[in-house]
Amino acid sequence: MHRDLVIIGGGPAGLAAAIKAREEGIDDILVIERDIELGGILKQCIHNGFGLHIFGEQLTGPEYAQKFIDKLLELGIEYKCDTMVLNITDNKKVTAVNTKDGVIEIQAKAIILSMGCRERPRGALNIPGSRPAGIFTAGTAQRFVNMEGYKIGEKIVILGSGDIGLIMARRLTLEGSQVKMVLEIMPYSSGLKRNIMQCLDDFGIPLLLNHTVVKIHGKERVGGVTIAKVDANRKPIPETFRYVECDTLLLSVGLIPENELSKNAGIVLDKVTGGPRVNESMETSVEGIFACGNVVQVHDLVDNVTKESYLAGLGAAKYIKGTAGNGGREIETYGRNGVRYVVPQKIRLDDMGDEVNLFLRVDNIYKDVYLSVSDGGKTIYKVKKRIVAPGEMESVRLKKDSILNMENDKLFVELIR
Amino acid sequence: MFDVAIIGAGAVGAFVARDLSRYRINVVLIDKELEVSEGTTKANSAIIHAGYDCVPGTLKAKLNVQGNKMFDRICDELDVPFKRIGSLVIALSKEQLDIINELYERGRANGVPGLEVIGRERLKELEPNVNEDATGALYAKTAGIISPYELALACAENAVTNGVTLKLDTEVKDIEIKKGGFIIKTSREDIETRYIVNATGLFADVINRMLKGDEFSINPRKGEYCLFDKNDGHLVNHVLFQVPTPRGKGVLVTPTVHGNLLIGPNSVNVDIKEDVSTTGNGLEYIVNCARKTMNKFSMRDVITSFAGLRASTSGGDFIINVPVQGAVNAAAIDSPGLSSSPAISEMVVQMLKEQGLKLIEKDYYNPVRKRQIRFADMSDSEREKAIEKNPLYGRVICRCETVTEGEIVDAIKRPAGARTVDGVKRRLRAGMGRCQGGFCMPKVVEILSRELGIPYMDIVKDKKGGYLFTGRIKDNYTKGDGDANA
Ligand SMILES: Cc1cc2nc3c(=O)[nH]c(=O)nc-3n(C[C@H](O)[C@H](O)[C@H](O)COP(=O)(O)OP(=O)(O)OC[C@H]3O[C@@H](n4cnc5c(N)ncnc54)[C@H](O)[C@@H]3O)c2cc1C
Ligand SMILES: Cc1cc2nc3c(=O)[nH]c(=O)nc-3n(C[C@H](O)[C@H](O)[C@H](O)COP(=O)(O)OP(=O)(O)OC[C@H]3O[C@@H](n4cnc5c(N)ncnc54)[C@H](O)[C@@H]3O)c2cc1C
Repeated sequence: MHRDLVIIGGGPAGLAAAIKAREEGIDDILVIERDIELGGILKQCIHNGFGLHIFGEQLTGPEYAQKFIDKLLELGIEYKCDTMVLNITDNKKVTAVNTKDGVIEIQAKAIILSMGCRERPRGALNIPGSRPAGIFTAGTAQRFVNMEGYKIGEKIVILGSGDIGLIMARRLTLEGSQVKMVLEIMPYSSGLKRNIMQCLDDFGIPLLLNHTVVKIHGKERVGGVTIAKVDANRKPIPETFRYVECDTLLLSVGLIPENELSKNAGIVLDKVTGGPRVNESMETSVEGIFACGNVVQVHDLVDNVTKESYLAGLGAAKYIKGTAGNGGREIETYGRNGVRYVVPQKIRLDDMGDEVNLFLRVDNIYKDVYLSVSDGGKTIYKVKKRIVAPGEMESVRLKKDSILNMENDKLFVELIR
Repeated sequence: MFDVAIIGAGAVGAFVARDLSRYRINVVLIDKELEVSEGTTKANSAIIHAGYDCVPGTLKAKLNVQGNKMFDRICDELDVPFKRIGSLVIALSKEQLDIINELYERGRANGVPGLEVIGRERLKELEPNVNEDATGALYAKTAGIISPYELALACAENAVTNGVTLKLDTEVKDIEIKKGGFIIKTSREDIETRYIVNATGLFADVINRMLKGDEFSINPRKGEYCLFDKNDGHLVNHVLFQVPTPRGKGVLVTPTVHGNLLIGPNSVNVDIKEDVSTTGNGLEYIVNCARKTMNKFSMRDVITSFAGLRASTSGGDFIINVPVQGAVNAAAIDSPGLSSSPAISEMVVQMLKEQGLKLIEKDYYNPVRKRQIRFADMSDSEREKAIEKNPLYGRVICRCETVTEGEIVDAIKRPAGARTVDGVKRRLRAGMGRCQGGFCMPKVVEILSRELGIPYMDIVKDKKGGYLFTGRIKDNYTKGDGDANA
């Protein structure tokens, strides 16, 4: 089988990329989705708060996804659900499998990776204790509660204050479970401020910063956890050990971009983001393979996913049509002084439009700082920030003109007091 | 009325069941858990030891060396993953080299073939990542690694296929000794039998007391482990031991048969026979110790930690004896119990025979059991054919380990089939990968519910009482296929 463009993953990233590529004149597109329907993780996010930037209104996850699914159908873009991609090669051969077609081999001209991310499991934390039933990752719990309709517990402790953990605290409370507390090992929450207010404060659920679970108890089902305060090195302080009775421990301890397929194709991954290193067009280190969405970096807002995915769709379309530039001057981006990473990692001046959006995350909470972009000497852009936090992705929009007369080919994004 | 009742479906009990299924007798295999291999057999180092560190003249020495030799044939017949990768006991100092020479002599006394003391150079060739200070090693080529729970499952499955009755979720509460036999009182029913084999691991002392045997007591000794992602499995090529201390074989570093890296165990006496919890201190200890052997693993790659309990006793040797006419104890089977299990089984069968059990071979006994087909191991053309036969092989449920719905349905339908989420995991590795079931667990629950015809609410993770759900979200909620409650 041949296709101009194969898109792997039918979540918001894959859908937006497909739509953009079609609008740019690519007819021969196939979207492949593992699940039995399109929409990705949004299907289970039945809370609202999606689409504020793109649509100017508050949508639920399924509503947001549906807008893109409708558009996909309207444009007649081909898709296969219940189909799992098993392998991709650097010469863009895709192997997938499903119950109807068996093993499918597709030679693509271009590929867009949009496989999303997965949750970090308990093992990654190495929490001591027993291994009873009743330990769920937040996303799995969300699926059980919102899609399957089952209650996962009555008395719940949540570890990790990322957005999924916060949203599930509210959700489980609304379904009649008692959420006893949310623990966060860092001195700050990694979730959005609005979620802390709307999901914890409004329901009187305590958030214990600098706290973690040091032991899980229970034989068949969780019976309780021992919690503790941690010191500045994140080591539990023995004097603060405290037993909390519960039947469920919910883990919301981070997401990891899903890049097993990318590794097989020899795509270079960024050590910090865990996703592929990409350029301004969201192209990976392998020519003609693009990536967007949570597979590149874990996003807080789906609107950013959509924007990034339009770029990937556009980049892939140009690549297929042969209208991509020759690259020209290449600039690498670096985060430093409090900036953990910058996406894209590379900007080709010939291929960028009038401007480029740099996404970044900081490594701690900082108050009253300047977010600065420079070529090491000359400052190109500077903005004052009252507060920046790891839980909220920042972005910087740079005009092409401002980059053109840089002294060297390195762009540093950093925090300055 | 059964001829033989085997209590305990761990490696030992399962082997005895398989060995007895060769004969024209009525055999029942009883276990209190919902699945086979829920005791010590599921959580250990998974090493088939060469047999050099058992004290010469003990049952352990004899049965380990005998057992080790049997594994190629057995794993061939039962299609169980087993790799004879060899082991190295690594010396980090001059004094330790002396102990290695002692181990070598002991190994020769025990009749271990192919032992060799190697120097630094050769060690570096075999294990490039090992600690720089290593001065030499005892190389035992016959040591191997195995999937212990798959071994016990395969034995049980093969036994059932050959006519053995399997009673799970059946706890032995008491035993009435009668003339010419026993009445076993269980949590479910009374089971009458002429002979009994006690293979209850940590609880063998309790059953022995019911059988009025000479008193002994089993003391649980905990061993904790960290299991790493497959990214780290290639860091070592052999089972790497440290020089043993009076307390045991020390912390080992080894690849698993499935390609992960495993480090552990420690050795701590505990009070409770069911306490398989890991501890902060324990995990820290094994990590620090393991680093002395090999330092290249990353704690970020840990996917799970677990603990097992050794069924140890003060005498230090296996207790294989006759507590009362008609019964055989296979007790105090701590390490190297897994390696010895086929030889223990032979010995137990012999002891039953000596007590009058008539063993006449069946003409239909089949020692061969085929492992389920594994989608992950197939070529694309094999996959194509498998999906043609059964479309469910085309639906991948576990992404990390590429396990399909077809395989899960098979695992449930096979003899001694899967009943729990962890049962599916141990048979197929669904949920054993780097995401530890985050994506596939809801699917596995759905398939179990559908295939077993039991409601979601009754699906457990592992043990009775290990329920996953505490209720429905909406009482009037109805769902289409796959939900027995609908
Ligand atoms: C609980 C939660 C709450 C959130 N709340 C908000 C919010 O309030 N507002 C907001 O704006 N954003 C929110 N977000 C963030 C936003 O929804 C996500 O960042 C976005 O959905 C990511 O889109 P994606 O397409 O990259 O990934 P996904 O939605 O995860 O889609 C990836 C798709 O790829 C498929 N796939 C993966 N591997 C393969 C393969 N090998 N073969 C075939 N298919 C494959 C998967 O099945 C999946 O459907 C939230 C996210 C979560 C998890
Ligand atoms: C940390 C550790 C590391 C080890 N490493 C190795 C190694 O590398 N190599 C090696 O050779 N050996 C090793 N061993 C030893 C090995 O695991 C055991 O010897 C072996 O698994 C024992 O098998 P078993 O069948 O005797 O016991 P078990 O597997 O414990 O089986 C006993 C069964 O009896 C059942 N049962 C108990 N009471 C009752 C009752 N009243 N009614 C019904 N059923 C009951 C239990 O549910 C259980 O399934 C190790 C052990 C530990 C703990």
